[in-house]
Amino acid sequence: MTFSTGQIAVDRPRTRFGAADAALELPGVIVPGRKARSPLGDAVHTMRRKPLAMVGLGILFGWLSLGILAPVLPIQDPNFQDLSQKLLGPSAAHPLGTDDLGRDMISRVIWGARVSVPAGILVIALTGVVGCLVGAIAGYTGGIVDNAIMRTADAILSFPSIILAMAITAARGGPGLSNALLAVAIVLWPEYARLMRGQVLAIRANEYVTAAESIGAGRGRILFRHILPSTDAPVIVKATLDVGAAIVLTAGLSFIGLGAVPPDPEWGAMIKQGADKGLQYWWYAAAPGLAIMSVVMGLNFFGDGLRDALDPRRRGR
Amino acid sequence: MGLWAFIARRIVLAMFVLVVVSIATFLLAHAVPGDPITAIMSERQANNEEVRAALEKRWGLDQPLPVQYLYYVNNLRQGDWGESISRRTPVAQELRDRVPATLELAGFAMMFAIVVGVPLGIVSALNHDRWPDHVARFVTLIGTSIPVFWLGLVLLYVFFYRLEWLPGPGRLDVGMKAPPTITGIVTFDALLHRDWEVLFAALKRLVLPAIVLGSFAMGIIARMLRSSLLASLGDDYVRTARAKGLGERSVVTGHALRNALIPTVTVLGLTTAGLLAGAVLTETIFSWPGLGSFAVSAAIKLDYPALLGVTLIVAVIYVLINLLVDIMYGLLDPRIRSS
Repeated sequence: MTFSTGQIAVDRPRTRFGAADAALELPGVIVPGRKARSPLGDAVHTMRRKPLAMVGLGILFGWLSLGILAPVLPIQDPNFQDLSQKLLGPSAAHPLGTDDLGRDMISRVIWGARVSVPAGILVIALTGVVGCLVGAIAGYTGGIVDNAIMRTADAILSFPSIILAMAITAARGGPGLSNALLAVAIVLWPEYARLMRGQVLAIRANEYVTAAESIGAGRGRILFRHILPSTDAPVIVKATLDVGAAIVLTAGLSFIGLGAVPPDPEWGAMIKQGADKGLQYWWYAAAPGLAIMSVVMGLNFFGDGLRDALDPRRRGR
Repeated sequence: MGLWAFIARRIVLAMFVLVVVSIATFLLAHAVPGDPITAIMSERQANNEEVRAALEKRWGLDQPLPVQYLYYVNNLRQGDWGESISRRTPVAQELRDRVPATLELAGFAMMFAIVVGVPLGIVSALNHDRWPDHVARFVTLIGTSIPVFWLGLVLLYVFFYRLEWLPGPGRLDVGMKAPPTITGIVTFDALLHRDWEVLFAALKRLVLPAIVLGSFAMGIIARMLRSSLLASLGDDYVRTARAKGLGERSVVTGHALRNALIPTVTVLGLTTAGLLAGAVLTETIFSWPGLGSFAVSAAIKLDYPALLGVTLIVAVIYVLINLLVDIMYGLLDPRIRSS
């Protein structure tokens, strides 16, 4: 890769863990030639030129707005039953057919977006923050705290997520969407802790941290003011991709009967009900399945684009 | 660090994880609401102080928690994994019957993942940004985005219900008897007994569940191989190989692919372990009598001894696979040993 002087501030290569490259990032060095963008603005600029990433973002926003607008859209109540209309295939009145209680599938799928998508985003946001914090503390404190946290994380990671989630849901007394989400959070935090710990360890070795320590800054101040702001991209990319994983895992738990309980219009539970009815009623499971797949694909498109945008070495590939 | 020291370290780490998991399952069993004595006795008997004290003494329930844990581990070691509440059978027996079914399914799934994933990854990398690459990437994206349980339903609908090309859920045709158990893996047992009819039927029934279970691993393998092959194709030693006049074929297979396979092998190992998780959903859809469907029915019926048994056996398998992967990785790439 070659750089013109004007581009150095923008396209500077970063080391793997995002540690600042000392030679190129001396504070106060003003690079002439071009207005410097913030790393975030830079990423946004790159993202805009990635059509697939934009499609992914579009799908995600599409589902989110469908979910938000569900109450005002001209669709049936998702729990309105009309037994004279049960298990009808797609038609003009019901474009996605009806289920075994005569409820309109299109309405249930749209209302399902209110459950699955925000639940996935929320659970990853919380898990990510907690996992990162725990990992950062482990990496910065070191010693016995680090060992205790990371060995626990190892134990959880060395285990198939869904079986652990099943055990947790069962231990909490059985099915329920909140139990399933809690299980997903417990299963996923260690990955963030591990990722963050690695970054913190790399950054802690920098001179400016030593400098802060030597002028007597407190541990909390160093961690929150000097180390955490320097950590970056991988966590955000991972979180984006993980929202899809969380949606699929939650739907999977619902599918085996350990997640959302009827009559909640949750996608995984709807697929289960459709599967139980039989293959001849294909539309029943088809619509919620396509919904999950499109959301996850959207998140994958967007996450891949984000990774490329945030990692200068991959730009333009 | 030498190779043996590296392996020894990995084994100690694996043992440690198993101890942590056994403590966790033990504590989970303890956290379960309910009193074990009232569960098996009538209320009147359980309220009788003497009876209660006698039973607590007999099962060691009067001992402190760490001592109870040691009892638990000792029982596990002797093959006493408790009794399933919903089935009234010893958990250890159930697990013995079901582990081979899951291993069979996972084995065929991995075969599918490698046979399809590796060529896809290579084609993708060699045709970077041309249409074969786009097609391959789309296929792998579908593989990693589609929920397993939904893919299972779609394939069943198309190939079983509509086209009638392949049989539906189940491990053997109705009325067909499995060959006498040697390994518990039906295809293998049929092969050993030269029972071609059963072998053929069993293989046919493996096609769909193996594709469903293997699709995610296929996507991961293809993506990993694509990106690592792309990276190594741009490396200096590949340029050197080209410069000294080697043919394209020998440059790719002899130089680039060899190095690109190292990260793929790690991913391969990790996804093998991940197949155990996917088996939970796949087995549910295809009524496969393996560990996964056993775990599901145990979790739904709140059959804790069965669920804890599955958790433990899965942990053992998982840790063993990871151990093998680590050792293999250490053999392939000496740099890993020192980290």
